[in-house]
Amino acid sequence: MQLSEKHHQYWHKNLTVTAILLAIWFIVTFVIGYFARELSGITILGFPLPFYMGAQGSLIIYVAIIWYYAHYMNKLDIEYGVHEGEEK
Amino acid sequence: MAQAQSAFNSQLKKYYTFYTGGFIAFLIFLAIGEQMGMTPKWIGYVFLFATIGLYAGIGFMSRTADVAEFYVAGRRVPAFFNGMATGADWMSAASFIGMAGTLYLTGYSGLAFVLGWTGGYCLVALFLAPYLRKFGQFTIPDFLGARFGGHIPRLIGVLAAIICSFTYVIAQIYGVGIITARFTGLEFGIGVFVGLGGILVCSFLGGMRAVTWTQVAQYVILIIAYMIPPVWLSMKQTGIPIPQAVYGYQLQKVTALEKEFNDPTTDKGKKEAEVRKILKDRSAVADAKLKDLPKAYADGKSTLEQNLAGLKASNGSPEQTQQAEEALAKYPKDVDAAKAAWTKEKAVGARGDPVLAHATAFAGKDEKASSIARNNFLALILCLMVGTAALPHILMRYYTTPSVKAARQSVFWSLFFIFLLYFTAPALAVLVKFEVYNNLVGTSFAALPAWVSNWAKVDPTLMSITDLNKDGLIQLAEIVIGGDLIVLATPEIAGLPYVISGLVAAGGLAAALSTADGLLLTISNAISHDLYYKMIDPHATTTKRITISKVLLLLVAVTAAYVTSLKPGDILFLVGAAFSLAASGFFPALVCGVFWRRANKWGAITGMLGGLGVCMYYMYTTYPFFGGVPANQWFNIAPISAGIFGIPAGFIGLILGSLLTPAPAKDIQELVDHVRYPNLEGDIVTQGS
Repeated sequence: MQLSEKHHQYWHKNLTVTAILLAIWFIVTFVIGYFARELSGITILGFPLPFYMGAQGSLIIYVAIIWYYAHYMNKLDIEYGVHEGEEK
Repeated sequence: MAQAQSAFNSQLKKYYTFYTGGFIAFLIFLAIGEQMGMTPKWIGYVFLFATIGLYAGIGFMSRTADVAEFYVAGRRVPAFFNGMATGADWMSAASFIGMAGTLYLTGYSGLAFVLGWTGGYCLVALFLAPYLRKFGQFTIPDFLGARFGGHIPRLIGVLAAIICSFTYVIAQIYGVGIITARFTGLEFGIGVFVGLGGILVCSFLGGMRAVTWTQVAQYVILIIAYMIPPVWLSMKQTGIPIPQAVYGYQLQKVTALEKEFNDPTTDKGKKEAEVRKILKDRSAVADAKLKDLPKAYADGKSTLEQNLAGLKASNGSPEQTQQAEEALAKYPKDVDAAKAAWTKEKAVGARGDPVLAHATAFAGKDEKASSIARNNFLALILCLMVGTAALPHILMRYYTTPSVKAARQSVFWSLFFIFLLYFTAPALAVLVKFEVYNNLVGTSFAALPAWVSNWAKVDPTLMSITDLNKDGLIQLAEIVIGGDLIVLATPEIAGLPYVISGLVAAGGLAAALSTADGLLLTISNAISHDLYYKMIDPHATTTKRITISKVLLLLVAVTAAYVTSLKPGDILFLVGAAFSLAASGFFPALVCGVFWRRANKWGAITGMLGGLGVCMYYMYTTYPFFGGVPANQWFNIAPISAGIFGIPAGFIGLILGSLLTPAPAKDIQELVDHVRYPNLEGDIVTQGS
């Protein structure tokens, strides 16, 4: 089993998208959580912003992160020819 | 194959649509029965036995003796259905019944559970699920064993899997006992064993295959049960049946009421202040007596005795004498009893504190207390998230999908189905709070709503209410609500028929049973597959392996039920501990196993032992149950979040251990490439069948 340049590119792209999505995950969870007191003046749909993020906003973003990752990687597999055969 | 898989998929969709329709018809049928005079007790029995019978039936139909079917449901569970099964596997009694209650009682801080138990799936998706699926064996210790080589990493994995799954399964069985006891009047112990029967028939006969298809059925029941009451309550309060969209405005009203209650210049605030003063005074009296023990005990007793003697001597009226006798009889038996009773009395002072602001983040008396609250909030979120991505019973589910592609999609469906419930829980908490603040507070004791008096009668720890200032009206400080009431009583608060209360109980039962199923299977697989087959007797026949697995399942289940019937300590802490332990023990080794080629056997061993060790040490020195004291805390972090120290310890141990010893062999490096790419030419094969 020999890895080609293409394989390394694939893995590199995977790491990049993982890092970006992880950064978004970190910001909506921990950065907003850390500054919750400072952000509570902002109101959205009747909620103070940090409460909204904790109860709804961040959850929606989590679902979106996972959806995007699955979508992106399943496409990337085909682009780089590492997708699974039809028999699976 | 692809055709067979898609035919299988559409067949499943047909079955489960039919099943959902059938379940709704069953509800309507029971509702009609209730109108015609069916008693609540019978409705409770019908729900209990109909649902457990249903799960057992699915288990019976899915019985199997094939290894791949038994351990990983034949690896043909479509992404969508695996998502539903993971949802049911994931959402336990704590999520279903406890979470909305925690949110009701703690407001913003309770959101740590909502965030932690959903955001963890991002880590599952990005770091683990697709790679584990490519690896494609049967258990999580399998991966540790193959990636790091040798029996030691596998053995540590087996131990860690057993410790965290067993702590967690006890909490589930406890939930089963409570629900069956409350809704059918059976005794707690009997309730535990009835529930256990349901769990066993299912996993015993068909292993993962039966558990998967039962969990899908359980998800359908639990989500219907969770959604109906808040939708109805929202309709009643706002005229709009989408609680998640409208509760922001209800929250504003709740916040306005909180301000009124805390402001003594308003009418409501004045009444509240009155009651709070009574509570504070009672607490102060108890505190003074506690400080003066044992003298206060003797003084109190002799006062009562003299009083009684005086009445008898002066020929007091029979009522007065009787009252004095009762007062003496109620007086604590000895100094220790007095200490316990007065400590409890002292605690009522907390009810005299101002009302907690639901939407405010990190309330605290000063800047420092508020920052400690924030740090604990963030630490708990991290532990719950990383723990989610390390609990073996969840990760195992991603072995069951047909492909890596399906595993990725399946994480999406898992979180989607979990999200539906977690998105609704905060709404439910606010709607019930509005109901209590707006409708219950201020009504007269003569006209208590039916749900209040019902629950106060059933269980005073969930609902108790006393007119402390004798004004005949209810003040907020006069109400004591237990967290579990929120979900269980919402059907009655919303004015729904009893059938819906039964449905909610069935939903809670489904949540607890489905999680218990997954956990028991994890434990028995860890022992039968990893310990016995991989380490003791690699030549065992498949029949022997499956038989051993089944026997172990039975043993573990009975042991767990026995431990549960002893009612060990604090359930919430047990659950939290399971997450911190899993996070510290598994996460560093699993993630580095995929992402860091250089990670080796010794790194994994030091990392896992180091993580678990630090985590356990911290719990041991800080949690009162083990004799620890809060003064030992580092940075004021609560023992439930011990993982915040265990996770870094695990990573540091793994990195140091790996760098100090030689790089892993070539075949292990090939394994790393193998799991990183869904398909490689000339690839090795690791998938077990």
